[in-house]
Amino acid sequence: MAILVIAEHDNAVLAAATLNTVTAAQAIGGDIHVLVAGSGCTAAAEAAAKIDGVSKVLVADDAIYAHQLPENIAPLIVGLAKGYSHVLAPASTNGKNYLPRVAALLDVDQISDIIAVEGADTFKRPIYAGNAIATVQSSAPIKVISVRTTGFDPASAQGGSAAIEQVAAAGDAGKSTFLGEEVAKSDRPELGSAKIVISGGRGMLSSDNFQMLYTLADKLGAAVGASRAAVDAGFVPNDLQVGQTGKIVAPQLYIAVGISGAIQHLAGMKDSKVIVAINKDPEAPIFQVADYGLVGDLFEVIPELEKLV
Amino acid sequence: MSLARFASAQSNLFEGDEESMKVLVAVKRVVDYNVKVRVKPDNSGVDLANVKMSMNPFCEIAVEEAVRLKEKKVASEIVVVSIGPNAAQEQLRTALALGGDRAILVETNDELGSLAVAKLLKAVVDKEQPQLVILGKQAIDSDNNQTGQMLAALTGYPQGTFASKLEADGDKIKVTREIDGGLQIVELALPAVITTDLRLNEPRYASLPNIMKAKKKPLDILKPEDLGVSLSSSIKVLKVEAPAERSPGIKVASVAELVEKLKNEAKVI
Ligand SMILES: Cc1cc2nc3c(=O)[nH]c(=O)nc-3n(C[C@H](O)[C@H](O)[C@H](O)COP(=O)(O)OP(=O)(O)OC[C@H]3O[C@@H](n4cnc5c(N)ncnc54)[C@H](O)[C@@H]3O)c2cc1C
Ligand SMILES: Nc1ncnc2c1ncn2[C@@H]1O[C@H](COP(=O)(O)O)[C@@H](O)[C@H]1O
Repeated sequence: MAILVIAEHDNAVLAAATLNTVTAAQAIGGDIHVLVAGSGCTAAAEAAAKIDGVSKVLVADDAIYAHQLPENIAPLIVGLAKGYSHVLAPASTNGKNYLPRVAALLDVDQISDIIAVEGADTFKRPIYAGNAIATVQSSAPIKVISVRTTGFDPASAQGGSAAIEQVAAAGDAGKSTFLGEEVAKSDRPELGSAKIVISGGRGMLSSDNFQMLYTLADKLGAAVGASRAAVDAGFVPNDLQVGQTGKIVAPQLYIAVGISGAIQHLAGMKDSKVIVAINKDPEAPIFQVADYGLVGDLFEVIPELEKLV
Repeated sequence: MSLARFASAQSNLFEGDEESMKVLVAVKRVVDYNVKVRVKPDNSGVDLANVKMSMNPFCEIAVEEAVRLKEKKVASEIVVVSIGPNAAQEQLRTALALGGDRAILVETNDELGSLAVAKLLKAVVDKEQPQLVILGKQAIDSDNNQTGQMLAALTGYPQGTFASKLEADGDKIKVTREIDGGLQIVELALPAVITTDLRLNEPRYASLPNIMKAKKKPLDILKPEDLGVSLSSSIKVLKVEAPAERSPGIKVASVAELVEKLKNEAKVI
């Protein structure tokens, strides 16, 4: 039995999500191979070869994989998948984009967002915004699985020395073209893997007020997140949304500021180790999941907090 | 975009030679997003008895986008399709009240996986030959986030998932997508599959006259057998449990107390 893990990377840097996915593969058990599909992705492939527990790295280096367009990357993975018992990818927006396309081309069901491995064919995954956890068993000949990275510790990025093997590109499907992207560059840690996350909600009232959270975050080495309401109102960009339909985070410390705690928001953060809620409404549902709740006006609390930490 | 192409896109919009663009929208009947579901005591599933059911919110966004394309005269006809129990007619009628032209229910009481749903939708696509298929990015019950991508695979169409903006342009469509790092823009050849994200639009409410009119719009009922699709699934649900409860927390009286607790008790800062 061998498992194929699809690497998340931007050609130069291997994303941390790849490491969590390798841990999920280790829990299943078997030889672990990593596919790095990209363009000019040697650095990412070399990083993948160093992951502890990986025995082989497959590299498909071609301009058509530069942005991992699903129309092009899915046939590549399908061509390789036949030799594997499992195909795993992180449940990133990238993985979510191409992996179901792979599953359908293989004519197998996909299991999305696993948070635990119970056996080689049995997995746990949240449903209904995390209000229920299903244990599911798959009899598919190739098990296609996306991995919720917060469910698995990262594998060690050092210690491995896997062989790197080039694989041929599968050709351009010619149906989609990458036109551009707007990706915010920030010196703050990545939301998905930060140890501390500070999120703001509708209570922040404006984009300018988020500056208070950025200042506090920089003092704590934290990432900044947001509720859907804050994103919809245009206070912050979409990639900051935490929740059922945004990013899933599970940091050591999550500080919710001016967030009411709707189930869709809780779904994205309630596995955090310590939760702090700052809200002027003592009845806000966020207090039901908070380890430390502070009832107060965020415009007084946050500046004071920034002084004291 | 080149000037020539821009001009042709404009003339399409104004002269309406895009009038042939048929849009298919897939809508799912799900537990209303305000309901906090409970797990059944025997761990066989969640308790759906007497629970409010609605159209999946991402499907509302899909219907709204189709209606806007029709209002811009980019789309000519909107066909809404649902796969589910007889009661899913309610959600189809809602979609018709919002601006759909006709509806198809593929009636089944089985709880289908995304692959089976995608296969049924593929059969409907084969019959209807739409230029654009719009789905939600995720059903808020299964939280699968698979069906649109699978339908794209089965039809061989390109996919624009997690869309926050669509710009039809002749035989192509430009899709702005919400991705982990921000936004990505891709151009897809039509026919194509789109899945909606939250920022694509803000769905309207159906007006009373439109709800009345929707009752007279055509709604066909098919069975999966009529479409010749096998619904077998390789996934078995062994049990469904409630998530682990968090132990109750405390209220702190001041910022100073909060900082003290975080430093000395939780040791997280
Ligand atoms: C399909 C769907 C998907 C969704 N996905 C997500 C998701 O992924 N993530 C997500 O977050 N939401 C999601 N939502 C939205 C969710 O239901 C809530 O609407 C949203 O989380 C509310 O955001 P909020 O808590 O910031 O705003 P509100 O609910 O309006 O709460 C604002 C809070 O701020 C407090 N406040 C106001 N002023 C102050 C002040 N000066 N000081 C202190 N406190 C103050 C108020 O007391 C209130 O509790 C989704 C909804 C749907 C339908
Ligand atoms: N039973 C169904 N009937 C119609 N559309 C569906 C059905 N199941 C899923 N879909 C569509 O696929 C989208 C994503 O669902 P899922 O992949 O299950 O998360 C939904 O928003 C719908 O547009």
